[in-house]
Amino acid sequence: MTTAPETSRRQKRESSGSSQPKGGTKKKSNRAKSEARLGWLIAGPAFFIMLSVTAYPIVQAVYDSLFSFRLTAPDDRSFVFLQNYLTIFSDVEVFWQALGVTLFVTVVTVAVELILGFGLALVMHKALKRIRGALRTAILVPYGIITVVSAFAWYYMFDINSGFVNNWFGWVPGIDSDLDWFANFGTAITIIMASEIWKTTPFIALLLLAGLAQVPDELVEAAKVDGASWRQQMTRVILPNMKAAIMVAVLFRALDAFRIFDNVFIMTNGSANTEVLSLLAYRTSIGRLEIGLGSAVSVILFICVLLICFIAIKFFKVDLASGTDAKGGK
Amino acid sequence: MGGSVGTPHRGRPARVVGAALAAGILLSGCSGGEDVPVLTWYINPDDGGQATLAQQCTDEAEGAYEIQTSLLPADAPSQREQLARRLAANDASLDIMSLDPPFIPELAEPGFLAPVPDDVAERTTEDTLEGALAGAMWNEELVAVPFWANTQLLWYRESVTEAAGLNMDEPVTWDQIIEAAMEQDKLLGVQGTRAESMTVWLNALVESQDTSILVDPEARAVDLETNFDTAEGEKAAEIIGTIGTEGLAGPGVASMDENQSMLLFQGDNGSFMVNWPFVWAATKAAVEEGVLEQDLLEDIGWSQYPRVDEDTASAPPLGGINLGVGADSENQDLAFDAIECIVQPENQTEYFITNGNPPSSESAYEDETLEEDYPMADAIREALANAAPRPQTPFYNEISTAIQQEFTPISGVRGDSTPAETDSFILEVLRGERLL
Repeated sequence: MTTAPETSRRQKRESSGSSQPKGGTKKKSNRAKSEARLGWLIAGPAFFIMLSVTAYPIVQAVYDSLFSFRLTAPDDRSFVFLQNYLTIFSDVEVFWQALGVTLFVTVVTVAVELILGFGLALVMHKALKRIRGALRTAILVPYGIITVVSAFAWYYMFDINSGFVNNWFGWVPGIDSDLDWFANFGTAITIIMASEIWKTTPFIALLLLAGLAQVPDELVEAAKVDGASWRQQMTRVILPNMKAAIMVAVLFRALDAFRIFDNVFIMTNGSANTEVLSLLAYRTSIGRLEIGLGSAVSVILFICVLLICFIAIKFFKVDLASGTDAKGGK
Repeated sequence: MGGSVGTPHRGRPARVVGAALAAGILLSGCSGGEDVPVLTWYINPDDGGQATLAQQCTDEAEGAYEIQTSLLPADAPSQREQLARRLAANDASLDIMSLDPPFIPELAEPGFLAPVPDDVAERTTEDTLEGALAGAMWNEELVAVPFWANTQLLWYRESVTEAAGLNMDEPVTWDQIIEAAMEQDKLLGVQGTRAESMTVWLNALVESQDTSILVDPEARAVDLETNFDTAEGEKAAEIIGTIGTEGLAGPGVASMDENQSMLLFQGDNGSFMVNWPFVWAATKAAVEEGVLEQDLLEDIGWSQYPRVDEDTASAPPLGGINLGVGADSENQDLAFDAIECIVQPENQTEYFITNGNPPSSESAYEDETLEEDYPMADAIREALANAAPRPQTPFYNEISTAIQQEFTPISGVRGDSTPAETDSFILEVLRGERLL
């Protein structure tokens, strides 16, 4: 394993080697070459496997999306070029509606999770240092639950026939035994988002906790000595110093939230106008067995995800390799 | 893992024993496979009846074949998804499949099902009830063997019909039961959830007016026409819409499936219910377990599915299971032999008694012991004779999904707009002009 100082030393060496190509450079370059070779030997197999299990299906989906192809009518397969995409983009009621709901869920859940997650991170960082380890584990429990299981739990909680929420919270205005949470868009999407937030806030909280830990104590102390209020410490010192961690958390969660599937599939299966893009792709490819059209929806979903990455990296300058100890994903 | 690190000497013998065991298992598996061909029967979930029949027919075959069952998902659309994917991928393990009738044409059209040999067809359909037979046909050929057939009855609470002054020996109409429920402030057991049961209900309402929901079910996708935008479609939507807007199916109608409507019917507000015969066995079991009162069982009556039009006989829904053989199966002859064994009338009777699924064979109803467990067996046979299948088309899944989307929630169904919207929605989807 390479330690951080070693890496930076080597980076310095290599950068100096490329800018000053004289004296001893050749030897170092050979070493760099052999290191690169070793790197490929170590990472190559994983890289190849990743490529074959991700790039290949993506290319296949793009190819399939240019055909009119139904699994149960293999003889009627025909090349239609971009017709599937035209059909999808001209469909306001299904596609644009699903895209709208997906964006709505993404924005609301990420925003709420960010606020709640930051609160939790502050509590863990500041107030409860002694039991931080136990607290972290406890907070992680919802995140460890399989999404389908948590979706069922939330579904049965609110279900009009078997749920206890209508009974327990009958005293709250608007809630009574006749309220079917999953029959209307407003209530259904609220439950879907609540279950999503409940489950994934711990993830954001942990990423933000890592970010908080990286803010140097000296800076905060210096601010305190200068008489900065709590709010000033927060907005001038802490938040700017953990921007990278926040942006990584937002990016990961946005990508995750945009691909929301399980909760909607279990709770409403798209009824009450709660259909999201992943569910549409599933219903078209798997339910209708329309491989061409379904692949086109999947490709669009993939492009949307790429777009979110692009926006985050280009405009918000998210650096995936620093500012957090959650490198390489969740 | 921990054990092998801590006790290196004990790890090796354990591994040797493990390897010997694994080899033994493999060898025994191979020797079984060589002697007796194994037929895989993909079954829909039931109360174990199909597994029992598989064992029974394996025993009767005396070594000619062995039937092993493999469980499919719970609901019919998911069963179709799995079978269609396997069939399209030329899976040779699909020897026998339990198929829901509406999805058969989609699998028969591309040649995914092995043709039923003439002699098998003749022997297995000698006395098959008409409705059940129709569900096993495609392009005027038998493509699967009828196994069991299902239909719905109108279940009622005698206390409610007496108070309403209804003579249940005579056919009743939807308008009458709606009125009775409204007058007595009771609830109707219908299936309002967004699922296959919605299409079952709507199809029965349209068929009960001597109309089919498709003009020509065998037409190509681009040529398909529906009968929704007609007076019959409008009337069917009006009935559904009235029950929805008046709240006659209770507040939980949007998630009410067959089971939930049974629970509603068993409750204090129950009045009428359209449902499959499983409700009788389930209610009886609940009474025996002490969950429900004996009085309830005595208050329950049954009659033929309600009419839409006073003068036109109702066409109850048709369900059930037919048995098909995969076109890529390597044991097709044996599979048809096994199917012949499975669908014998006495097996169908036994399956009805133990699992609550009614026979498709007329003679299977002649067993006198049936009367004890299913006093409504005659009513079921009569309903099956009048039952109308859902449209037999390769595009059934699209049509059914579109109906489910347009007709749920039922409180939003309007006689003057929903059928016309459903009509144009289905046509646009089938022509590939829009998503579903």
